[in-house]
Amino acid sequence: MDIIEVQHLSYRYPTAQKPSLRDINLRIKKGELCAIVGANDSGKTTLCHAIRGFIPHFHKGEMEGDVFVMGENTRSKTIAGLCGTVGIVVQNPFTQLSGVAETAYEEIAFGLENMGILFEETRKRVENILKLFNLDELRDRNPFELSGGQQQILSLASIMVMEPDVLVMDEPTSQVDPQSTEEIYQIINFFKEKGTTIVLVEHKMELIAQFADHVVMLENGAVVMDGKPSDIFSDPEIIKYKVSPPRYAMLGMELQKRGFPLHRIPITENQAVSQIKELLSAKGSC
Amino acid sequence: MSYIELKDVSFTYPNGNVALENVSLDLEKGERVAIIGQNGAGKTTMVKLINGLLKPSKGEIIIDGKNIRKLSAAKNSRQVGYSFQNPDDQIFNKDVYSEIAFGLKRMKVEKAELEDRVQAAARLCNLGRLLDENPYDLSLSKRKFVAIASVIVMDTKIVILDEPTAGQDKAGIECLAGIIDSLGRKGKTVVAISHDMEFVADNFKRCVVMAQKHKIADDGTKTVFWNPGILAEAKLKQPHISSLCNKLGIEERILSIDEFVRYVEAQCPNHNPPQKELNIEK
Repeated sequence: MDIIEVQHLSYRYPTAQKPSLRDINLRIKKGELCAIVGANDSGKTTLCHAIRGFIPHFHKGEMEGDVFVMGENTRSKTIAGLCGTVGIVVQNPFTQLSGVAETAYEEIAFGLENMGILFEETRKRVENILKLFNLDELRDRNPFELSGGQQQILSLASIMVMEPDVLVMDEPTSQVDPQSTEEIYQIINFFKEKGTTIVLVEHKMELIAQFADHVVMLENGAVVMDGKPSDIFSDPEIIKYKVSPPRYAMLGMELQKRGFPLHRIPITENQAVSQIKELLSAKGSC
Repeated sequence: MSYIELKDVSFTYPNGNVALENVSLDLEKGERVAIIGQNGAGKTTMVKLINGLLKPSKGEIIIDGKNIRKLSAAKNSRQVGYSFQNPDDQIFNKDVYSEIAFGLKRMKVEKAELEDRVQAAARLCNLGRLLDENPYDLSLSKRKFVAIASVIVMDTKIVILDEPTAGQDKAGIECLAGIIDSLGRKGKTVVAISHDMEFVADNFKRCVVMAQKHKIADDGTKTVFWNPGILAEAKLKQPHISSLCNKLGIEERILSIDEFVRYVEAQCPNHNPPQKELNIEK
């Protein structure tokens, strides 16, 4: 079943000369992790806003086409009505925080309180998410006194605690240290395994290659590639869209270019290890 | 005596939160240094102390032979430019040109010179075509470049970039590398905080590593990336290609794809690379 269906979506911001999205058609299956990639200004964040209903309900502008989430047209829903279904983690963590919570604990509880979740249930879910995100030590700290990376992790936790059916995340780890980034991807994967549909904008292609089921490449507001990570990242055409494939794929392409026999272009570290091991073990003949 | 000296510097925020403890650091003129480490380690606090936005609770900071404790942040910012982690903390003008020109106007720089400097900074940051735009109509990644341009236009001897790589695409990362290179060629001291290990490996030879409010290492980039204890303590990881080498049991310290390809070629002496087609006019 397709949980998100985008049909002939075009959109222009009110003050913009050119459209930011052009005739986008896209289907995202329930429970999949779909990564939206592309150069900056290619329309990734705007597409997230359309899935979340900020377009057309908050950003006015000109919208053509439709977005369906769980079979319902976002035009006929409100932003508040969609928030129980679609959670969004915005690109700039500093604008995500509520501004009304005095502690990290309250920040995480804020969404649940507004959804009318009972106190005991709220407490249980906040405690769980604090542990999951390693935020327990920061629970009593003021969100605005945390470091940038800590604020970003807190923003993510405060959305995930609401357990929406669809999680839209716009570069959720852009300010997070490398090991915590990997831990967060494990958490994202954990939610995916539980059936959450994830729409993810990300520049860290190695993580997309490892975790995504589906990759959509945008260029200049249009979909130019749509498929499995293994197909998209091993296609040398990707560079044309000003996107770097995972480093392992870049290495594979470079080795192939220099005449080294590789069965296929590796896109993850594990694939690169086995391909290059094979290459080096046959070094007498390579 | 070094150009920038942090002598046993500690900092506690007014709410009692200790952010930095007993950090000493020497930076030389014209050096390019990356500051890396876990979230909340004190990286941003440390560079705000160098910029003068914060004053040490303990210890002293000497820049170019002078203790900066008594300098106002405004005065110190004439020698230390700082581009904030969140560009929206910094941007307030109605168009990109005015934002970049703001500091120079305050310093009453002559019109022709101001125009030249704004244009040069905008070109370096790939903003040449966006000067009339409202910064808040631009993407976050472009606003980062607006913030960076408005710092480098001031031509300070020291430039600090706080997480410039966050949210940047391939072109943005290449542009940043160009900016750092250009500043380096002009003899500027460049300090950048980044979580992008590939960017650090590609652009910096020295890394200062922070964890739990302390400096835990200060060494060559290769030395740092081959110290598993330091990486684990600061929640860092090796660049992808270096990690691949480890998994393959390759002992050479390889950071880049080029180095890796050269290694494979050296391992395969009998390998015949494909001949390039020659364009010989008949």
